Amino acid sequence: MATNQNILGLVFASIHDEAVLDLTKNRTMGSVPFGGRYRLIDFPLSNFVNSGISQVGVITKRNYSSLLDHIGSGREWDLARKKGGLHLLPPYSHTGATMYNGRLDALGNVWSFVENSSADYVILSNCDVTTSIDFRPAVQAHIASGADITAIYAKGYYDQLKDRHATIFGIGGDGFVNDVTIDPPMTGNCNLGLDMFVMSKAFLRRIVKESMSRSRYSFRRDILLDRNTKYRILAYEHTGYFAKIDSLESYFNANLALLDSAKRIALFPKARPVYTKTKDNAPVRFGLESHIRNSLIADGCVIDGKVENCVIFRGVKIGKGSVVRDSIITQDTVIGARCSIRNVITDKNVQIADERQLTGSAGYPLFISKGAEI
Amino acid sequence: MLLAGGQGSRLYALTQDMAKPAVPFGGKYRLIDFPLSNCTNSGIDTVGVLTQYQPLVLNDYIGNGEPWDLDRMNGGVHVLPPYESKSGASWYEGTANAIYQNISFIERYDPEYVVVLGGDHIYKMDYSKMVDYHKAQKADLTIAVLDVPRSEASRMGIMICDDEMRVTEFEEKPKVPRSTLASMGIYVFTWAKLKKYLIENENANTGSKDFGKDIIPAMLNNGERIYAYTFEGYWKDVGTLDSLWDANMDLLAPAEQLNLYDKKWRIYSRHNNLPPQYIGTEAEVENAMITEGSVIHGKVDFSVIFGNVTIEEGAVVRYSVVMPGTVIKSGAIVEYAIVGEECVIGKNAHIGRSPEEYDNRDEWSIAVTGHRITVGDGKDVLPKQILSESI
Repeated sequence: MATNQNILGLVFASIHDEAVLDLTKNRTMGSVPFGGRYRLIDFPLSNFVNSGISQVGVITKRNYSSLLDHIGSGREWDLARKKGGLHLLPPYSHTGATMYNGRLDALGNVWSFVENSSADYVILSNCDVTTSIDFRPAVQAHIASGADITAIYAKGYYDQLKDRHATIFGIGGDGFVNDVTIDPPMTGNCNLGLDMFVMSKAFLRRIVKESMSRSRYSFRRDILLDRNTKYRILAYEHTGYFAKIDSLESYFNANLALLDSAKRIALFPKARPVYTKTKDNAPVRFGLESHIRNSLIADGCVIDGKVENCVIFRGVKIGKGSVVRDSIITQDTVIGARCSIRNVITDKNVQIADERQLTGSAGYPLFISKGAEI
Repeated sequence: MLLAGGQGSRLYALTQDMAKPAVPFGGKYRLIDFPLSNCTNSGIDTVGVLTQYQPLVLNDYIGNGEPWDLDRMNGGVHVLPPYESKSGASWYEGTANAIYQNISFIERYDPEYVVVLGGDHIYKMDYSKMVDYHKAQKADLTIAVLDVPRSEASRMGIMICDDEMRVTEFEEKPKVPRSTLASMGIYVFTWAKLKKYLIENENANTGSKDFGKDIIPAMLNNGERIYAYTFEGYWKDVGTLDSLWDANMDLLAPAEQLNLYDKKWRIYSRHNNLPPQYIGTEAEVENAMITEGSVIHGKVDFSVIFGNVTIEEGAVVRYSVVMPGTVIKSGAIVEYAIVGEECVIGKNAHIGRSPEEYDNRDEWSIAVTGHRITVGDGKDVLPKQILSESI
């Protein structure tokens, strides 16, 4: 597709890391494994590329070595370009730069990158929402409306006991945001912000510079919530399937939701594939005694046991007689023979010896850290 | 130098619109992935792929060589079709002529040694070890050989060697084989010597320009140092439909012969960015190899299923190879068959039959559909049938 040189995409790889601490202990939110063979950052990156946006900056904070390894030159997302392309923007990248506290000072720290791009418009995105979206209609709507900011939202459900980091919009009859709340004391249907915003570079420059001059760093608090400035925020609805990851439970549910074919097709449409780093694994080998039901299995696995209602990532081995149910088994984990695993999430490279029994419960999956030997 | 130009006519419908090295294999690969990956893993960074027949699919697939780490500033993979020059244009007229016509390509890199490979075999091999052996023997030519059962030796090129593995004679398809060392069609040449013999053969104008028939006998007659290098491991010719099916089935045998899961010797291929495969609630999968992007709701037994394949509920696939993008509709039975790329097998169709249904085994063979074929609802494709048009 024709590349739109006019738009710069910016991904915040480290926002809301604290929501899934088990998974982000050693990695950024963007590096969190998802869906059998992906990492969360593959969704915003693929959305940008599939929207014809080939200038992309990835802003990271800490623990970004696995992200660097994953992204490399950006080639697998078609972002290894001479014009534009993918740029990783770590902190402390120039003299005087500091660690960031929020999106505004993060942007301030990487401002020269944004300034130097040829883009007229900038799209900001986090890594904690998995969805497939073409940004072009949102940009069109933004330009046509003359808004300062376009906030992309979806009709969702907010549960004050379970959900976090939710930005909820009140929308007026004119389609503009008239109220913004963060994690309000309510439970029910709402207009849930997807943390995706479209702005002109000129407007972004203004708010970043002003905020830096007043030591303000939170985009949510100092821009969205600030009643005094009266920014015109257009609300743009995204109607596609989405899953927001803001807890271990929602991470668990978002992965298992992919067992529903409608959601899977919505998240991985053929016209807008989700790109990721390839591993050159062989196809899955199902043994004579394997028994699989309702599961997603990535390449490179060797399955000799029983698997039901699971998402199995690349290179996993499951031994004879083992039963794995309602679980997420991530890359290169080895499960021995005659094990019983239920409601478990394993991080990478976990080794489970023969005859082990590991059980979590549906609302509280048992999480096993990277490299654990059981 | 990878000889990939052949038509692969014994693969019939599968090579109607693509060269043999582009034929899919093993759930995720094309035949050429094996020699290419062997080169990469052996540290060979400069590869010429000689193509001629129906090269479009193969050329697109090879592209700039990136999947095999062969997109290099110096060297890399180069697709070499026949070309027109000042002295005229000609198709490749034999395996030796193909290399002769590309002498200038080889000279660009000024190699000391040239490895010549075919593209029709499935195997994993470290060519650098063969080159080391070639150097140690101070050979002019080293031929890789496989020790085969005596019953098979009469179908192959047989090397007769002395105690030091120096080749003293060689016989093509001998009725009474004097040795069981069969040529694998993998050669290491000292370039200066190969170049000399290629030019002599071309100038001799005998009309025959083949390694096995012309170059090697000529070198043997002149007393050049020709050595045999014994290879141990899985090596399968996939030049016929039966052997292609067989080699795929070998991947499912209990005693693993070809390990595709060895991280130290990966077989690389060009990928399609597909999500993981989904195995449904009514699916029954037993002893199979299945690839990304596939959606399985039916029964799969002892079969190799490529990527992006849909097997609907109620469909049965047994002892078969189903190539990428194919849809097998509910109630269809596919058994002892090869189904090509992007086919549609209609509801309740029946492809192939079990050999047990035939008293006379000569009447049985696998059934094959070519690529992009539709088999209508309820239609039958019998054993030995090779479908090259939709029915």
